[in-house]
Amino acid sequence: MEKQAPDLRVDGLTVRYGPDLILKDVSFTVFKSEIFAILGGSGSGKSTIMRHAIGLERPENGRIWIKGYEITGADETAFFATLKNIGVLFQGSALIGSMTVGENVALPITEFTGLPRDAVTAMVRVKLGLVGLDCYENHLPSEISGGMKKRAGLARALALNPGILFLDEPSAGLDPVTASEIDELILRINKRLGTTIIIVTHDLGSIFTVAGRAIMIDKSTLGIIAEGSPDDLKEKSTNPVVKGFFMRKAIATS
Amino acid sequence: MTTAFRPVSYPQYRISQAPDSGLVITFSGPLDIKTVPSIFKTMPGALKKISTHRAVIDLGAVNTMDDYGVMLMAKIRYFLNLPDDGIEIKNSPTFLEQTLSQIEVDYNSKCAIARRKPENIIAQFGGTAINTLFDIRFFIAFIGSTVLSLLRVIRSPKALRFDDVLTHMKTTGVDAVPVVALISFLLGLIMAFMSSLQLKPFGANIYVASLVALAMVSELGPIMTAIVVAGRSGSAYAAEISTMKISEEIDALFVMGFDPNLFLVIPRLIAAALVVPLLTAFANLFAIAGGLVIGITMLNLSVTAYVTQTMEALSLFEFSWGLFKSCVFAILIAITGCLRGFQARGGADAVGSAATSAVVSSIFLIVLFDSLFAVIRSYW
Ligand SMILES: Nc1ncnc2c1ncn2[C@@H]1O[C@H](COP(=O)(O)OP(=O)(O)O)[C@@H](O)[C@H]1O
Ligand SMILES: [Mg+2]
Repeated sequence: MEKQAPDLRVDGLTVRYGPDLILKDVSFTVFKSEIFAILGGSGSGKSTIMRHAIGLERPENGRIWIKGYEITGADETAFFATLKNIGVLFQGSALIGSMTVGENVALPITEFTGLPRDAVTAMVRVKLGLVGLDCYENHLPSEISGGMKKRAGLARALALNPGILFLDEPSAGLDPVTASEIDELILRINKRLGTTIIIVTHDLGSIFTVAGRAIMIDKSTLGIIAEGSPDDLKEKSTNPVVKGFFMRKAIATS
Repeated sequence: MTTAFRPVSYPQYRISQAPDSGLVITFSGPLDIKTVPSIFKTMPGALKKISTHRAVIDLGAVNTMDDYGVMLMAKIRYFLNLPDDGIEIKNSPTFLEQTLSQIEVDYNSKCAIARRKPENIIAQFGGTAINTLFDIRFFIAFIGSTVLSLLRVIRSPKALRFDDVLTHMKTTGVDAVPVVALISFLLGLIMAFMSSLQLKPFGANIYVASLVALAMVSELGPIMTAIVVAGRSGSAYAAEISTMKISEEIDALFVMGFDPNLFLVIPRLIAAALVVPLLTAFANLFAIAGGLVIGITMLNLSVTAYVTQTMEALSLFEFSWGLFKSCVFAILIAITGCLRGFQARGGADAVGSAATSAVVSSIFLIVLFDSLFAVIRSYW
């Protein structure tokens, strides 16, 4: 078989917001059908990496490829073609407030498949059932709880069965039972459809359940301080921040 | 009754007849989000003409299938109008078993309670009436608590957030000077020009100065300024407060022991009441300057003559009356803007409608109160 381009390649990503350097020289590669976790304390720049990887923001330095297309390049058409194959769950869910939960999920399906209305409705119910929001189709985002918004956002990200799924803290704000259901769902999607999943998370439980490989970033170096399987990170890393993270302890960094 | 028909083929599927006179649909290739939409374009039409009591779906040649494919399986039964047991799925790939069990066919019975029925017209009418009553109650309570907060400030002036007052004085007043100046200068220009057309034939050029000054100081100045402020700041008040309302910031202030009115309404109210009359005075000045330009360039009046005539036409009472009115308008704008902000409920679109209704209601109230003032003066 011909060698395939990796699903996501980030090379030398450097980000500056105003005078503040947020990320310095971050490089990593995610291959097809992998579940890849980005770990790090809050404010370390996890969401920033994600926002650059999906092309929402342009980095000061560095290059990013999705399925071999360089999205930091100049080619706009290639960029929009790539977007259709990407599903994104934002940290704040980003549901459209004037539409019901069902309409939010139906939006990409109607727009990009051209299925008749009853088929779209059926798919909306399948997707909402998948995330456990069976009877909330007609609720407005302002009428459901934060955890439910997260799940509705996930249903919308899954709507078109994307090849690459970016999840920014999918289980933050969820109860442990629902959180582990989401973990199972992530695994199932990955196994059934071969979806590549890049997940930003704090949740130790879900890291070990779902992630095949992970990187950890930290404010102290503004970059990656450890890379490998979650077990490797936990057992072999000598970095005090990594150790502290897995032992749920704060380590004073000088 | 089942009728015989010739087999038909499409790129992804083939419809044929089984020996037992049932229907066989044979799918091949991928059955996923990329292929299912095109199948939906042909299949309903192809199956509609056929009447059968039984159908077999053969998935032996399907290599990949996702939930879009599963949804298609569920829909075939409806295309053919068959009962639950009228469909048999053959050779389904192993991965499919789980997927099939995921689909929720009987949504209606499961979510019967969660579904909302549209109300009939009487219920809607009643609902609107009740909501209006609640609105009125809210309005009265809001005015009451604002007055209470105001009394608190008067009793202990330290409770006033003075920095906020200054900020709002800047955004409501100082920042509005350019637009108010420009509008009223042009207004003065237009008034002088239009009235000169009428007055010139009578040789009454000099009265253009009186007309511009009187009209502006007692009516147009306060009204124009108030409308500009309603559009600029009334909407901003409503947008700021409604954003805080829907993101629970106001609830947070409340449980921390703050009086949201004291925190949010009073500074805006005081700032507006102080700066809008000043803005009106500016507007008057610029309109008179606009009139002066016409007077000098088109009516052969001297600057001294124009200014003297203007001073003669105006009395201190007229001037103060205009400023008093604009102070009242300012209070109306601030109260309506804040009230609409507090009334916001729901998502981001509530911010937009709060801002819109703040502007519409304050302009309505401004005009209403201006007519009241006119009536009061005529019976003075
Ligand atoms: N738009 C922005 N402007 C300035 N600074 C930002 C912006 N977005 C994020 N930051 C800063 O970048 C850092 C990383 O943020 P973020 O990626 O959201 O962290 P997290 O790892 O918690 O997702 C934070 O210190 C934050 O203050
Ligand atoms: Mg984040």
